[in-house]
Amino acid sequence: MTMLRLATLWLDGCSGCHMSLLDTDERLLDLAAMYEFVHSPLVDSKHFPEAADVVLIEGAVSSHEDVARLRLARHHSRLLIAVGDCAVTGNVPALRNATGAAAMLRTVYLDQPALNPQIPATDLPVLLELALPLHHFVTVDLFIPGCPPGAETLLTALTGLAAGTVPGPPLSTRFGA
Amino acid sequence: MSEPILTLVVDGLQVSGLASETILKVARENDIAIPTLCWLEGLSSLGACRLCMVEIEGSPKLHPACVTPIQEGMVVATRSERLHRYRKAIVELLFSERNHICAVCVANGHCELQDLAVQLGVDHIRFPGRSPQLAVDASHARFVLDHNRCVLCMRCVRVCGEIEGAHTWDVKNRGIRSLIVADFETPWGLSETCTGCGKCVQVCPTGALFEKGRPVAETHKKRPFLPYLMANRAREHR
Repeated sequence: MTMLRLATLWLDGCSGCHMSLLDTDERLLDLAAMYEFVHSPLVDSKHFPEAADVVLIEGAVSSHEDVARLRLARHHSRLLIAVGDCAVTGNVPALRNATGAAAMLRTVYLDQPALNPQIPATDLPVLLELALPLHHFVTVDLFIPGCPPGAETLLTALTGLAAGTVPGPPLSTRFGA
Repeated sequence: MSEPILTLVVDGLQVSGLASETILKVARENDIAIPTLCWLEGLSSLGACRLCMVEIEGSPKLHPACVTPIQEGMVVATRSERLHRYRKAIVELLFSERNHICAVCVANGHCELQDLAVQLGVDHIRFPGRSPQLAVDASHARFVLDHNRCVLCMRCVRVCGEIEGAHTWDVKNRGIRSLIVADFETPWGLSETCTGCGKCVQVCPTGALFEKGRPVAETHKKRPFLPYLMANRAREHR
């Protein structure tokens, strides 16, 4: 079996989906036998590589930076997988979609009792009005819903992909799982 | 005079039922599963959600199984590529219509909309979310109405009118603007007709109606209570 080049990306999410990947515990060794981790918040690499076979993307698209990173990942990857409800539906980041980003920031940082009420602005990407799922921007090859999808589900999907099949539903997961 | 018994074919299976029975009822009696959402055993049938649509030979239209009476010689298909496509689209449209965010919903894991998504293989929503700004009515002492999760199945309206006899719930507006309202649109807690029985909460398929004080994912509904209740009532009447 040839090693596949695996990248993971963390957009507007809580990192729970990456934690789920780590939750495969000792089976990470099996994954390491199938995949070469070429880019991920879990490994030390600053730039998206020229070519990846599979990219797992966690999180909703919430800023121009997210859009750019997503498009770059799509451009350089053979298979793009939306991992978790944020990437698949928008989920928690999309809670703001009913009111917009400015109103959400006001509610969270100014309207609540706080010691030093202020909206954080330094070194943070400006939020878009809406947090949206990946497929609103790029073609997605596989959707893995769940909040987060279980380690077992990710393992099944990654094992299937390594064997050359794109696992379709039913993966044993659901929205909110 | 006894009711005539009709025979028909459902998914290639020869079945029979009483003339007054619907395709859904006969199918269920024969262990043929048709997806439903607004339909609930013990309540009148409405045909609102359109998930139970079936194909009937000789008719180009689709027919809602829950309100279509059987006919002699009818040939029904409850599964087809076309039906699957429509049912999937219905579930996706329901998800996109309001703010269904399963991960933070009280009914997570005990929700019929969620179950339907799994059953029909809905793993993402093709349509853009409308993300409407909708109210949450927590004015009642024990219960909450969250319009964000409502799919307008009208089970609450029906159970309140038909079983409890209070008719607290109704629907205002039409189409996509429809909203469940108590009395003549008063906060639930101020309703003069609500008896606080909680039947609406138990029959609600999603997290739109729930009991206060239960955290995310811990709302368990007791939906099968209706047939039990009605059987007991029937016994009392005898």
